[in-house]
Amino acid sequence: MNGKPLVSIISAGLSKFGKHEGLYARELFSYAAKEAFDRCPKLEPKRDIKAMFIGHMGEAYEHQGHMGSAAADWSGLLGIPATRTEAACASSGAALRSGIYAVLSGLADIVIVGGVEKMTHRTTAEVTEYLAMASDYPFEQFHGVTFPGLFALMATAHMNAYSTTQENMAKVAVKNHHNASLNPKAHMQKEVNLEAVMASKPVAWPLKMYDCSLITDGASCIILAKPELAKKYTDQPVQIIGSGQASDSIGLYERQSLTSLQSAKTAAKTAYEMAGLKPDDIQVAEVHDCFTFVELMSYEDLGFCPVGKSGKLIESGETQLEGRLPVNTSGGLKAKGHPVGATGTAQTYEIYLQLTGQADKRQVKDAKIGLTHNVGGSGATAAVHIYRGDA
Amino acid sequence: MSTQTPFTIEQFYKFMSHGRLMAGKCAKCGKIHLPPRPICDNCYSMEFTWTEISGKGKLLTYTIIHVAPPQFQALAPYAVGIVQLESGLKLPGMISNVPHEQLKIGMELTIDFKACAAGLTWPQWQRYCFRPA
Repeated sequence: MNGKPLVSIISAGLSKFGKHEGLYARELFSYAAKEAFDRCPKLEPKRDIKAMFIGHMGEAYEHQGHMGSAAADWSGLLGIPATRTEAACASSGAALRSGIYAVLSGLADIVIVGGVEKMTHRTTAEVTEYLAMASDYPFEQFHGVTFPGLFALMATAHMNAYSTTQENMAKVAVKNHHNASLNPKAHMQKEVNLEAVMASKPVAWPLKMYDCSLITDGASCIILAKPELAKKYTDQPVQIIGSGQASDSIGLYERQSLTSLQSAKTAAKTAYEMAGLKPDDIQVAEVHDCFTFVELMSYEDLGFCPVGKSGKLIESGETQLEGRLPVNTSGGLKAKGHPVGATGTAQTYEIYLQLTGQADKRQVKDAKIGLTHNVGGSGATAAVHIYRGDA
Repeated sequence: MSTQTPFTIEQFYKFMSHGRLMAGKCAKCGKIHLPPRPICDNCYSMEFTWTEISGKGKLLTYTIIHVAPPQFQALAPYAVGIVQLESGLKLPGMISNVPHEQLKIGMELTIDFKACAAGLTWPQWQRYCFRPA
């Protein structure tokens, strides 16, 4: 493929991330869809959009499954084929991938992909239980292993193997909170300092409260078009030039490595090869920092630094907004928030803004090549996408 | 394929409740499955034999769970880890009888078949755990 556009992004929308008391998931999604429609005046949604794929992790939150049709209805698109994709926290990364399949198959020239989750009306204990459903039941959940617990198991192993420290992880939180303070749609638009992160209460040692992403309500969507049609709709399409998705064992304990995600490495290799690019070519990235440690691990899995050196990379400042490779300019899952089903395409939304020069105070200067890294479960799914701004 | 004992996770826990750690060995390619599976993911064979494996091993990694789901809240904080058994196979579980500050990667642990039970309504399996060897 080598850099040939698979599909073009012609628009994108994102609800405000945060606590939305009294809003139902489908209502939240309609705000994301409305922004995407308004952003692209030449698009006539009812005429042009031929399919929807929507990521939604859990029917437990609202006692509501079958989100495809509900989201299509509340976006004024009733009648089109609308399918929910579920791959835990990578549900909308999988929706994006499904949208690419749909356009490339020739069955649909324009599709809407996105995701939604409404979480904050549940207690922390309930959310902990629901999120754990993305892990293995008979050997993990059944033994009291929580979702933060799985990543804590990896963090402990990484600390032991490479001398990674809790301070290294805390620096990810400090960086991402700073970026979120510049993002009006972020859930927590405030800075935190290293001391506060280090002093926060333990959740699953070595991970503390400020190492964890936020329980958030939110929705996101992206409009994909066949590349030949993109310029009819916008002067500033963003091309998706690499797409990789991979699976791994649902149980962490069955995997060969406890310090890296094979699914992410496989997905990244596929995407880089398709794009004809190397890790050094990436100018801005949104990675799956569901826990601060996972951002560090992603640096290694994506080839941003050698194996075991992610602690050094965060300390170098190179992944800060002004650095060589800004990571999680949106604030990430850590501070922008992590409405799990919405996260994958919310990452794409940020890259879309960056590559079209619309990221305002957090704009990365002259960014042309971006990457998203979306992980489901403890790494049983990963989706990596590579983007090129064509304006 | 044996008609008495299906190669399933359910059967694995039945053996557990009798104090036996059992894995399924593929009769065709020899791959050992822990937990057992009805179909070998390597060669797709459905012929297996049961093989008893040692419950002794070393702690590969661990965490201490402070924020627990509702059914485990009474136990928190509690330690869970992944143990690499002498056979090389890995198994996660709670770690008991070790003060949390004394947990250490590489420490020797052994499986304990009579583990504490959390208030789960399903499934009614006996939960094992690990304790110092």
